[in-house]
Amino acid sequence: MALHTVEFDIKLNTGTITIDVPTHTGVVGSSDMEVLMEPKDLEGGVSVRIVTPVTGFDDLWKRVLDKFVNETALSDTRIEINDNNATPAVVLLRLRQAFSQATTD
Amino acid sequence: MAQMSNDDTRKKRNQRAADTAARLEAAAPLFGAGKEVSSDNTVALLEAVIRAGDIVNIEGNNQKQADFLAESLNKVDRSKIHDLHMVQSAVPLASHLDLFENGIAKKLDFAFGGPQAGRVAKFISEGKLQLGAIHTYLELFGRYFLDLTPRVSLICAFKADRKGNLYTGFNTEDTPTIVEATKFRQGIVIAQVNEIVDELPRVDIPGDWIDAVIQSPKPFFVEPLFTRDPGLITDNQILLAMLCLKGIYAEYGVTSMNHGIGFLTSAIELLLPTYGEELGLKGKICTHMILNPHPTMIPAIETDWVDTIHCFGGELGMEDYVASRPDVFFIGPDGTLRSNRAFAQTAGHYALDMFIGGTLQIDKYGNSSTATASRVAGFGGAPNMGCDAKGRRHSTGAWLQCGQELPSLDQQLGTMPRGKRLVVQGVETFGEGRQPVFVDKLDAWKLAENANLDLPPVMIYGDDLTHIVTEEGVAYLNRCPDLDSRMAAIRAVAGYTDIGLQAKPEETKRLREANIVKTPDDLGVDPSRATRAMLAAKSVKDLVTWSNGLYNPPSRFRNW
Repeated sequence: MALHTVEFDIKLNTGTITIDVPTHTGVVGSSDMEVLMEPKDLEGGVSVRIVTPVTGFDDLWKRVLDKFVNETALSDTRIEINDNNATPAVVLLRLRQAFSQATTD
Repeated sequence: MAQMSNDDTRKKRNQRAADTAARLEAAAPLFGAGKEVSSDNTVALLEAVIRAGDIVNIEGNNQKQADFLAESLNKVDRSKIHDLHMVQSAVPLASHLDLFENGIAKKLDFAFGGPQAGRVAKFISEGKLQLGAIHTYLELFGRYFLDLTPRVSLICAFKADRKGNLYTGFNTEDTPTIVEATKFRQGIVIAQVNEIVDELPRVDIPGDWIDAVIQSPKPFFVEPLFTRDPGLITDNQILLAMLCLKGIYAEYGVTSMNHGIGFLTSAIELLLPTYGEELGLKGKICTHMILNPHPTMIPAIETDWVDTIHCFGGELGMEDYVASRPDVFFIGPDGTLRSNRAFAQTAGHYALDMFIGGTLQIDKYGNSSTATASRVAGFGGAPNMGCDAKGRRHSTGAWLQCGQELPSLDQQLGTMPRGKRLVVQGVETFGEGRQPVFVDKLDAWKLAENANLDLPPVMIYGDDLTHIVTEEGVAYLNRCPDLDSRMAAIRAVAGYTDIGLQAKPEETKRLREANIVKTPDDLGVDPSRATRAMLAAKSVKDLVTWSNGLYNPPSRFRNW
């Protein structure tokens, strides 16, 4: 099965939160995904790279990531997602778990 | 006043009994000792006692199945027996639908389609099957005593004795209802049993209500429909379970309920001894349940959360565990469970404070359905429990609070107080294959069109639905003053579906201020804690350990 890659950047004017350490959460099981977050100087921005077997949901990915970055005020972070048909609910949950891990460890 | 004549010329009122006697007379040569008929004579027996156009019941719910009798009915001479009107709880077996393909049956009244749902829809559109109606269980059982009384019923039991007494035990389910309706209107009852014995553990159905007993060549089929492997529960389902426990169970102090089948409710059951304990809810929630013997309830039962559980049916592998907990389950003098779907549904309809389940689709008004455009599935027990029973008169805290929160109650009842059943749908905003759960219009409308139904099959109507729980939070629909406000609350928890994207941030903010919508944050639920570490049992093997080895899971659930 060919994998599809989605890449975009998100930059908030209000983004002030950075993560302390790289982190890895989740597994690429069915209906699940893994997320890797690492601190990176991106001039306050967040870069996202998603590898997924599903096409046609690029907008949805962007909306979910926008919400996450907005609610956390995240900045200077690189996010990599390896997806295996996770729903938006699972995506947000994994992102929040990764964020919590990266900011409290 | 005219003198009554001794010559009674009125129409005879005992024709059914006479007809039954004639049919049984025709079958007499097929009987062995007592009520016993050998399995080889089954088809001949059915041909002797069934007439074209009869109303016939084949017992089978989503659990035990009179499968041998269903297969035998397919082998009758269709030039003699045709146009049968089947009335039955469920049609999950291929043989149930083969009757229509084979030209033996013509009309169907039922409650649940299960795996044959696609064929039901197809046969309707091809004109092979005339659909009476899709019922709820209690509604269908009610009609057995009204206008759909079976002439002949083909039922199912574990054991019979020589006199025809039956032991239905753990899986009593629908049997008493079917037999009483049929026999007390002079119908004919034929039972397939796994074993004919000299003495039964107990008598569940008296032998004089049974006309013939057949030892089936193989034991009847039972589906372990209510077994959920804890290993498959996802973190997101655990998040939803935490929201349910804090936002609804604790908020209303819900003591009595039914849990629909699904991983969310399994997650709730497995969080009682962990998160529920942490919230201090033991003894305050989940004390009285109407529920099949869910294996995922074992940890909560073992930690003394539950006072009583009454069961619709049994669950494979739970026999010994259930028998060992007679303080909780309804156990006969012989030491085994007796389930009874009619009584459990009656409690479920009238007496419970809450129904919680899941669905495939919820529309923008809050109507929900599991029907898809090409499957006539039916809903089983959900609609009886997933509605506000207007006949209820006793009050409990949860029921009263849910009613008191209704802002529009005074529009209908003036100053008269009244409670309301909590009806909760717990769903992820997107289901399998990223299909949105929240939709503008239910697929049930398309089904109604495709299958020529009078109504789109709705599982739970919007005016009965009081709460929706998604990963976005809880929508307290019972606190909404009008439909506009309900629709806004639905949008607010509909996530990234098209319905959810129509939510306006300022509107959602107002709903949160009015406590009509609560996010995980509003409820103090930390999504990062929603992991499998929260589950009291993480695998089927853990459940066996919790049960002290009394739970004996079917082999397909064993991986050790």
